[in-house]
Amino acid sequence: MAETHSLQDMRQQASVAAKVFIQRDYTNGTVCHFQTKFPSELESRQQSMAFWSNSTCFQFSREKINKQQFEETVRTLNNLYAEAEKLGSQSYIEGCLACLTAYIIFLCMETHYEKVLKKIAKYIQEQNEKIYAPQGLLLTDPIERGLRVIEVTIFEERSLTR
Amino acid sequence: MHLGVSESMRECEYNQISTRSSTPMETPYKNRTPKKRKWESFPGRNKFYCNGRIMMAKQTGVFYLTLALILVTCGLFFTFDCPFLALQLTPVIPVIGGVLFLFVLGTLLRTSFSDPGVLPRANADEAADLERQIDVANGSTGYRPPPRTKEVVINGQTVKLKYCFTCKIFRPPRASHCSLCDNCVERFDHHCPWVGNCVGRRNYRFFYMFILSLSFLTIFIFSFVITHIILRSHRFGFLSALKDSPASVLEVVVCFFSVWSIVGLSGFHTYLISSNQTTNEDIKGSWSSKRGKDNYNPYSYGNIFTNCCAALCGPLPPSLIDRRGFVRSDAPQLAPPTNGITTYGATQSQQGHMLLFCSPWKQITLKAAVIKTFSPSGVRHLIQVSEIKIKAAATPLLQQHSSEPVILTTCPENGGSMPGRGPLTLGGPCASLPLGQPTPPTSIPSLGCHEAADMLPIHGHGHSHNHSHPLQEPVAHHHFLTPEEVPSPPGMLPCGSPMGHNHAMQAGFYNPASQDSLHEDSVRGLVKLSFV
Repeated sequence: MAETHSLQDMRQQASVAAKVFIQRDYTNGTVCHFQTKFPSELESRQQSMAFWSNSTCFQFSREKINKQQFEETVRTLNNLYAEAEKLGSQSYIEGCLACLTAYIIFLCMETHYEKVLKKIAKYIQEQNEKIYAPQGLLLTDPIERGLRVIEVTIFEERSLTR
Repeated sequence: MHLGVSESMRECEYNQISTRSSTPMETPYKNRTPKKRKWESFPGRNKFYCNGRIMMAKQTGVFYLTLALILVTCGLFFTFDCPFLALQLTPVIPVIGGVLFLFVLGTLLRTSFSDPGVLPRANADEAADLERQIDVANGSTGYRPPPRTKEVVINGQTVKLKYCFTCKIFRPPRASHCSLCDNCVERFDHHCPWVGNCVGRRNYRFFYMFILSLSFLTIFIFSFVITHIILRSHRFGFLSALKDSPASVLEVVVCFFSVWSIVGLSGFHTYLISSNQTTNEDIKGSWSSKRGKDNYNPYSYGNIFTNCCAALCGPLPPSLIDRRGFVRSDAPQLAPPTNGITTYGATQSQQGHMLLFCSPWKQITLKAAVIKTFSPSGVRHLIQVSEIKIKAAATPLLQQHSSEPVILTTCPENGGSMPGRGPLTLGGPCASLPLGQPTPPTSIPSLGCHEAADMLPIHGHGHSHNHSHPLQEPVAHHHFLTPEEVPSPPGMLPCGSPMGHNHAMQAGFYNPASQDSLHEDSVRGLVKLSFV
């Protein structure tokens, strides 16, 4: 039941208000690159504060969503994806080796791309924990959305105890 | 109902719900019935084998023909020709033949069984977001807007990105929708019936290796069978040679006809690779100079060597569709906990689970909502707001107690004196969230309106809904049915408007339907971090 309580607490305090999607930027071709422009919805989010009910008024206090930080995160992600898809000696060696072994080697070892994806997952988790969760945001790893979008979930802060 | 519902009362309510429900409510939210893997509810027309490890197109008859031809021809070669050749010439011949054969088989199976680069369909939130952007761009006239395209400049060339109505995404450059498999595929080359799969970004190199090695194998077998017959003819005469080795005749015939097509195809694809084009682009003449003087291929690296290396030895992207992942049912949705309930339920492909995983607080919410419903002032609004959620989360209840308006959410404007206020609604946004169904359950956000009709008992309560479509079919696979179920165009926004009282927040707000429990877990974890 302890879990229940904590869930209750959490749910009482936060629920998803909106989601913002950062789309892909194809100006560099088919490379995975997300738009670094700070979405306007995140900016406007800072304004929407007062949610209330007849008997209760829920205060809303959230740190300003740091534009620079956000853009920095997206830029880092873009760099990581570029690294994953880079045509360098490592990828060539991997490709040739795989070809020579009739691609059986892919069954045993992890590709360079997969290794970078793991790095990206870790990075996003780190960013969420350090920067975005305190601001009531959550970044979803794009791989879970088929590398189409970076989904930013905005949580409503609400405290029952005023 | 008040916020301050005591713990014991909550427990009571929880128990009540669980006993009334047909599903085992007491199962802790973490305990799930057998999970379904994502491939089982994949929206495309693909066939999966080995529990999602193997992925093929729907029509695989020709693939088996290809396999049979290769196996039979090689089998005959090794059985009838190789012994003679090994003795008369060199034993290296069968060895090389064997290596080639294994390579051909390996690459064929790799091409046929792997994911060609299918783009997963957009979930409801994304689709709604895109729709909104498109509507904003088009001026939202109310009727279905003309085919949607987006223009982007890539390396100086203007490329049109088309919107895929099936997958609800703007296709990335070079992607195309395969009508046979009903999927958008990245860097779509063509759908090859001979390998029983699409050829796209992830399996193009395997395909190329297959046809290249098959051409070598075909030429190899053809030449050595001819050699065999000639050598035999020298000794025993031509007719006698043919009689001694009838299989050779069959092999020659098969190889002769195959050589032209396979070698031709290899040559064609070698050209495509060296110019970094897809079959699709070549056939359409997308980058042909005939279209214009300034028309060139923006994806080409400039020289043949780099193009070849990029196509064959470049990094292999992983599959985006996570076939063997489990369908998550308890992903927190863009909704208050009540929605969470439904959402959770919604994401689950089996409706029987709708309330199964619900954590106690969700169940409490449910109960609370029920009580609230009877309050006259609350009925109408609650029905509006909670209708969708009920479908997803409360179907078992509905089935049991059709007369009971199981409304899940409560809107603050009703005085919000619902217990567990927090968990119940988003508080403020409840009423004000336009896409109303404040946080409709996962699969329902955009379907919400349309599925509202499912909740007949609710309707029966005398509340007429704008979106009462007689959709009886329960959403079994929320996870992937979303795009299929939404009648065109996704009626989320239009649906939401009449229902919600407040459209003001429409612009940036959606009722996301995240179906990812990983997401939810992170949410829980993170929320915990920030608030606990």
